[in-house]
Amino acid sequence: MPAGEAPSIDAPGPWREALTREWAIGGSSGAVDVCIVDSGIEAGHPLVGPVASASAVVRAEDGSIAIVDDELGDVVGHGTACAGIVRSIAQDCRLHSVRVLGAGNTGAGDLILAGLRHAIGAGHRVVNLSLSTTKRRFAEELHELADDAYFQGTVIVASAHNLPVDSYPWRFSSVISVGSHERRDPLAWFANPDPPVELFARGVDVDVAWLGGATLRCTGNSFAAPHVAGISALVLAKHPELTPYQVKTVLRLTATNTEGHA
Amino acid sequence: MSDERAEAAAAGVLGGDEETFRALLQSIVDVARAIFGAQASSIFLYDEEADELVFEAVSGQGGDTLVGTRFPSSTGIAGFALVTRQPLVVDDLLKDPRFSRERAASTGYVPDSIVASPLLHDERVLGVLSVLDRASDRPFGVAELELLSRFSTQAAIGLDLLLRARRARSALAGDGSAALVARVASLLDEDDGGEGVALLEALERVLASRRA
Repeated sequence: MPAGEAPSIDAPGPWREALTREWAIGGSSGAVDVCIVDSGIEAGHPLVGPVASASAVVRAEDGSIAIVDDELGDVVGHGTACAGIVRSIAQDCRLHSVRVLGAGNTGAGDLILAGLRHAIGAGHRVVNLSLSTTKRRFAEELHELADDAYFQGTVIVASAHNLPVDSYPWRFSSVISVGSHERRDPLAWFANPDPPVELFARGVDVDVAWLGGATLRCTGNSFAAPHVAGISALVLAKHPELTPYQVKTVLRLTATNTEGHA
Repeated sequence: MSDERAEAAAAGVLGGDEETFRALLQSIVDVARAIFGAQASSIFLYDEEADELVFEAVSGQGGDTLVGTRFPSSTGIAGFALVTRQPLVVDDLLKDPRFSRERAASTGYVPDSIVASPLLHDERVLGVLSVLDRASDRPFGVAELELLSRFSTQAAIGLDLLLRARRARSALAGDGSAALVARVASLLDEDDGGEGVALLEALERVLASRRA
């Protein structure tokens, strides 16, 4: 079996017949709010298009954390890459940016927490998190936040680690964790029968949006997660009443390796 | 015993010596470069205080001059891996003139592709392992990403040992209790009669009884 793919999974008979990809995302359109919690987004990039809102989490000199309007866009490139992937799948979505990385900010857990809290509080239906923290002292609070999101109807999609690294929040069951497969099809995804990584999506040799309107070819789970964020947005555009639990179930039952998904 | 020998002996007692760990890191980048047929491979230490990445070991292009060179940690592809705690591969970098200029200015070598993986150890991100311009006839997919992650685990352990050795050396050079213990430890080498050891054993018993 090619790396990143998973063995066939059987779906319960009645569900298999009713829950098809056509039902899940066929003809999906409509504006679902998708938030990229990352390094910012370069608005207007040809692969990204408009950005509906942009905030930045900043630490003041006294150590306090504040959320401000983001006027820098993306100084690193990572968030723009993720945003372009989401847009390529969910073309009608409304993209929002919460910058927690870049410009002297190297992924501090408390800033990620504040950014995620802001994104969830704004009520966005999908949050993409192609990053994680390894600090255990943030794990409990992140866990509570992920549960809050789950109960209020926000789907958090988080990139997983290739190795069993203790990092968060991708290991929590209230988020959808994503690793990479090697196929070129952006709508191929695999349900993993051996969690904690729950899905594998396209993450190898992906042409992504880059700073300055450019594109680059990238590989990594960071680029697999936004594929699932985009697919989740398609599901929610067509079926806005679904909860994160139901979206996850739909993704599993319509996965490329689930019997009869088509 | 000279100060230098005392430090070296004590560093051995407290955590091993820096040169050995530096050699370990060098061997990791040498093997990473060979496995991926790459032009260069580097290990960067993340200097949290200065918020910079520092070249600690380099194999291939720039190996002679880059060790010790620093650059801002939150930019560049190595910075991507550091801040997101995720390994990644970026190709076609020469299409991005801004990146090329920045890279050329800092290292003198402009790669077209970079593989970068964070060096995670326990709760901390210690640095980044990078592989530049891997052989174009070797695809880099999920299995290679996993292999790189495993190398990164090894590199992170090596980097952790190097940092411990440096802290030990720094502590030994100071006036603190570690320096005292180290000086005593080094003198025990010359303690032929065993009186020093007997004295330390007595001290240990006294301290243990006070704690109890």
